[in-house]
Amino acid sequence: MDGTTDIGWVGFALSLTAVALAAGASWRLGLRLQRDILESSARALVQMLIAAAALGLVIGDDAPIALSWLWVAGIVLYAANAVRRRAPELPGIFPVALASTTGTAAVGLGIAFGAGIFPVEGKTLVPVSAMLVGNALKSGVVAATLLRDDLATQRDQIEARLALGLPSQEAAKPLTRRILRTSISPQIENIRGLGIVFLPGAMTGLILAGVDPLDAVLVQLALMYLILGAVVVTTTLTVLGARRRVFSSDHRLLPMARSVSDE
Amino acid sequence: MPLQFDHVTVHGAQRPRLSDVTETVPGKGITAITGPSGAGKSTLLRLGNRLIAPDEGTVRYRGTDLATLDVLQHRRRVGMVFQRPVVFAGTVRDNLRVAAPQATDAELQQLLDRCELHEDVLDRDADTLSGGEQQRACLARTLATHPETLLMDEPTSALDAQATHALERLIRQEAERGVAVVLVSHDPAQVDRLADARIALDRGHTRS
Repeated sequence: MDGTTDIGWVGFALSLTAVALAAGASWRLGLRLQRDILESSARALVQMLIAAAALGLVIGDDAPIALSWLWVAGIVLYAANAVRRRAPELPGIFPVALASTTGTAAVGLGIAFGAGIFPVEGKTLVPVSAMLVGNALKSGVVAATLLRDDLATQRDQIEARLALGLPSQEAAKPLTRRILRTSISPQIENIRGLGIVFLPGAMTGLILAGVDPLDAVLVQLALMYLILGAVVVTTTLTVLGARRRVFSSDHRLLPMARSVSDE
Repeated sequence: MPLQFDHVTVHGAQRPRLSDVTETVPGKGITAITGPSGAGKSTLLRLGNRLIAPDEGTVRYRGTDLATLDVLQHRRRVGMVFQRPVVFAGTVRDNLRVAAPQATDAELQQLLDRCELHEDVLDRDADTLSGGEQQRACLARTLATHPETLLMDEPTSALDAQATHALERLIRQEAERGVAVVLVSHDPAQVDRLADARIALDRGHTRS
């Protein structure tokens, strides 16, 4: 690592002044966020050190690639469970979320590694998977919670359509279309603002590590396009998969009960 | 006998919403379903449109178990109007076209005329109609499927007196056209004005 990125422990410690500044501002403005700021910063430090140690084992030069794939499987499971935790009222949401996250990982990694954009090695597999699944997770959670909330508040709209003899997928179409648009739009805005509003993390990290800016931009763009695809795949599979489970086979909108999905 | 409820039970969170109800709705005229809140009136109506299924017992339409019928076709034959008008986003035309995508403007105007709505409302945003107009637009939307039976769940409960009388007149007209109407009502005066037959429920049971 060159001097640009080797900040060392002293450099790291100096960055904590920003945390102190944030906590101080919170105290001065009476926001009562000091404890949260300090706790979350400390927690991040511990988690990242553990992650660094674990990643050292998983993506080290001598580590078998199977370990990286195992890491990816863990990420996928975690993401599916996170969606379930946020919208437990949706019946059968865990298998739906697991299928959608797995599908997302399969499509995203298939393009990223199957098409040869990145070489198949731990150092690329783990971070690329984390970026894809991590972003897909955020969109999946948004989609699932919106679906849960809309099913509760828009039930009369759906049943009015069902009562006219529309099949369940047609009755739910206005709702699912709105949810998909809402869930996917932020990622489109992210891409739209790329290079103008913000310089994303991967690109910044590569430039800091001394990589040519054009090469860094190409890597970042490839990742952003993959993330966009991942977000679309996840939200679509989550919403359409969950939609199937909230209707009976004879086109009745089933009641949502916490006990059903908590089983 | 269009609708028959044969020993029907529907479970609820605390107690059955309907408990071993056996009733028959006549195939013509206006049948009122009466009873206090929580009696199971709306549940009985929703069973008729198959928006819910019985936990026990059988619901039949013209002698056939609803569980064996094509439910989408059944719902077009047995239309439903809800307690509060549920209009969809868009114009009244858009609303009617949800029920009848192939209908011509002339056919849509006939529906409006049948529900005493001026043809100008066809291009109006459904959200901008008054409560009474919205409920009549919902009735027109349901009639667009040419139902043989009309299930109406307290359709006048959110309307003022004038709009209520207008809707009651339409209900009577539809019955005279040969549409069997099943009307849930908690208003004894309305039941006296409209009903040809009555089914009384209380706490999920038939009241004799």
